[in-house]
Amino acid sequence: MHDKIQDLATAFCNGRLGRRELVRRLAGLGLALGSVETLLNAAATRAMAADFDWKKHKGTSLRLLLNKHPYADAMIADLANFKALTGMEVTYDIFPEDVYFDKVTAALSSRSTQYDVFMTGAYQTWQYGPAGWLVDFNDYLKDPAKTAPNYGWDDILPNLRASTAWSGKPGAALGGPGAHQWAVPWGFELNNLSYNQTIFDKLKLTPPRNMEELMAVAAKITKDAGGPYGIGVRGSRSWATIHPGFLSAYSNYGQRDFTMSGGKLKAAMNTPESKAFHKLWVQMIQESGPKNWATYTWYQVGTDLGAGASGMIYDADILGYFMNGGDNRERGHLAYAPIAANPAASGPTSNVWIWSLAMSNFSRQKDAGWTFIQWASGTDHLLFGARKNDVVNPVRNTVWQDAEFKERIAKSYPGYLNQYDKTAPDAKIYFTPQPLFFNLTTEWAASLQRMVAREVSVDEGLDKLADSVNRQLHQAGIG
Amino acid sequence: MFLRRALPYVLSLPALLVCIGILVPFFTAAYYSLQRYNLAMPGSREFVWFGQYLDLLSDPDFWVTVRVSATYAITTVGLELLLGLGIALLLHERTRFNNIVSIALLLPLMTAPAIASLMWKLMTNPNFGVLSWLIAQVGIHDFRWASAPGSAMFTVVLVDIWVYTPFMMVLLLAGLRSLPPQPFEAARLDGVAPHFVFFRITLPMLAPYIVTATLFRLLDSIQQFDIVYAMTQGGPGDSLMLFQVRAYLDFFQYTNVGTSAALMVVLWAITYLLSHVFIKQWLRLRERTHGNS
Repeated sequence: MHDKIQDLATAFCNGRLGRRELVRRLAGLGLALGSVETLLNAAATRAMAADFDWKKHKGTSLRLLLNKHPYADAMIADLANFKALTGMEVTYDIFPEDVYFDKVTAALSSRSTQYDVFMTGAYQTWQYGPAGWLVDFNDYLKDPAKTAPNYGWDDILPNLRASTAWSGKPGAALGGPGAHQWAVPWGFELNNLSYNQTIFDKLKLTPPRNMEELMAVAAKITKDAGGPYGIGVRGSRSWATIHPGFLSAYSNYGQRDFTMSGGKLKAAMNTPESKAFHKLWVQMIQESGPKNWATYTWYQVGTDLGAGASGMIYDADILGYFMNGGDNRERGHLAYAPIAANPAASGPTSNVWIWSLAMSNFSRQKDAGWTFIQWASGTDHLLFGARKNDVVNPVRNTVWQDAEFKERIAKSYPGYLNQYDKTAPDAKIYFTPQPLFFNLTTEWAASLQRMVAREVSVDEGLDKLADSVNRQLHQAGIG
Repeated sequence: MFLRRALPYVLSLPALLVCIGILVPFFTAAYYSLQRYNLAMPGSREFVWFGQYLDLLSDPDFWVTVRVSATYAITTVGLELLLGLGIALLLHERTRFNNIVSIALLLPLMTAPAIASLMWKLMTNPNFGVLSWLIAQVGIHDFRWASAPGSAMFTVVLVDIWVYTPFMMVLLLAGLRSLPPQPFEAARLDGVAPHFVFFRITLPMLAPYIVTATLFRLLDSIQQFDIVYAMTQGGPGDSLMLFQVRAYLDFFQYTNVGTSAALMVVLWAITYLLSHVFIKQWLRLRERTHGNS
C-alpha cells in the first residue's frame, strides 16, 4: 500500500494527476487529508530532487535578511522542506519594514559577508545594482548546471521579470537590452480599489471605474456615511506615497515622471496634462481624504479600512486582502475592484511593488544562495504559500491557474480575482529607472503635501518641483 | 622600573582608544564630505574639496534646514527651561509630596522618544485622538496637528517638551537644593521682596546650572531626529527638515554619502561652536558665583 501511495503522489508532482483526483484516490486508500499534505510535500521534494543535484551544497549554512511580511512567514513555514531537499542550513534575521531597508543598505554598503540572500523591492535594486552590491542572475539562469531544469523562469509573469532587470543606464527601459537580472520576483502587489461593501450597500454605491467616479463616490461617503471618510491614500513624506495609487492613476492618463532627450533625463511632472491630473488628485484628498493625510503610510491606509474609518482605499490589493481578515473590525466586509483612472483608457495601468529575492555580491557562497532562491521562487514553494499561507499575489502563472488557490480567494475575497485578471496584463513598474529615484520621488511626495496643504498652487508646486528635479539631474550628470 | 615608566601610558590607554574610536568616524565623515559620492553612481565619484559645502551654501533647502533646526532648538530649549525652572521652584522644598511628584515627573524622560512620538501620534489623530477630542470641546475643530505645515512644528515641540522638560527640572532642582542657605536667610531677615530674591539672588546663583542644563539640551535638540522622523519624516513639505533628518535621508535612502557627510560636519561645527560659547560662559559664571560666595 505504501508503494501505491508514493506512486500516486509522484504522479501528482509530475503533473499526471489532478489534485482532486489524487485526494479522492488517497481517501480510497484510507488516508486522512492532513497526511495527504505531508505526503505531497515529501513527494514534491523527491520530484524536484530527481532532476537536479539539490544536495550539491549539503552542509552549507545560508543566512537570510528578511522583512517581516506574510511572504517571509510562508517561506519560514516551508523551510523544513528546503533543508530536507538540499541538506543545507538556513538562518535568518527578520526586521520590521520601518528599519528593514536601513539594515540592508548598512549591510551592503559596508560590504558585509554576513548575509547571502535578502528581500528587496525592485526600486532598491536601482541603487544596489549600479553600486556593485548585487549578483546578476542572468549568468545563473543560463547555466543548466546551476539552475534546475524544471525551475520554470518563463513561468514568472513577464512584466515582473522585466521590472526586476535593468542595464543600470539612467532612463533605459526595464528588461531592455543589456539588462542585469538583479532580483528574482517573489510576490507582488497591484494597486486597485479595496472597499467596504457594507458602506457601499448602505449608500447604494457601485465601485468607481475612473477618477471622476472615484472622486464622486469618495465625496458621497465622506458626506453621508456618518463618520468614515471617502478614500484612503498614502501621504507621508516618502517615495512610497507616489508609487501605489497615485502613479497607477497618473500613468493611466499617459503621464510619465521623466522624458529622455539626447540621452538626458528631464522632469515631466509639470506638463499641462500632469498638472490637470495633480489637481484632481489633490482635490480628492482635500475633499475626501483622511484629515491627517500627510502622515499616512500604508499602515494607516490599511488599518483605517480594516477599522471602518474609511470607505475605500486606492492602494495595494494585498493590503485590502489582509484587512479582510485577522482581528479587523471590518473583516469579511471588504471587496475589490479594478480601476482605470482615465475614462478614455482601455484598462488599468497598475504600477507594481515587487517583493523580490536578491543576492549580495559579498556572499561567499553564491551558488548555494542561488539554490535557495530557486527553491523559494519555485513553483512548489509558491504553490504551498498560495494555498496554505498568505502568498496572495504569487508571481507565477501556474500558481494563478491553481484551482485550490483560486477557490480559496474567490470564496472569501469578492472581486479579488477579477481585479487581478483585469489589471495584470498592463501591470508593471511605470517609473523611469534612474539612480536618484528615492530622493526625486520623495521630493515629489513633499510637493504633493504642500499642494494638499494649499501652501502652493498645483501649477506653481509642479513648476518648482520640475526645476529642482532638473537641477539635481544635471548635478548628477544624468540630466 | 620599566613598569613604573609605562604605567601612565597604560592607564591612559582606555582614554586613547575611546579617542581613536571617536576620531576615526569623524575623520572618515570629513573625508567623505570632500567628495561627490553617491553609492548608486560609483562611476561619478570624485574629489571636489569644499565643493559640497559650497553647494550646500547655495542650496535653498539647506537654509530651510538651518532655519527649521534653529527654530526647533531655540523654541524647545527656551520653553523647557522656563517650565523646568518653574517646576523646580515649586518642588524646591523637601517634602514627601514634592519628592513623589518629582519622581513621577521623570517618567516621560524614561520613555524612548520614538515611543513617545507614536503615543502622541495616536493622541493627536484627528479621527480618534484624545487631544483632538479635547480641543474640539473648546471649539477648535479640524486641527491637523503634525499633518499641516502650520501646526507641525508646534506639535513636535509639544512632544519634545513633554519628554525633556523633566531633564531640565531635575538639573535645576538639584542646583536649587545645593545653593547655600545663608543669602536667602539674610534676605528673609531683611524683609526683601520675593521677586527681588528670585532675580537678584536665586537666578544669579543658579546661573551655572541653567547654562549647563541649557547646553546639554541645546546640543541634543539641534541634533533632534527620532521625534520628528517618527512623527512626520520631516514633512509636511520641508517644514520639519532638521539636520539629522536630512542627513539620515541622504545617506540611508538616497545613498548620497558625500552630501550626508557634509551636513554632519556642518552640524558638528555648529555644536562645537555652541559648546565653546556655553562652556566659556559657564566657567565665567562659576568663577563669579564662587567669588561672590
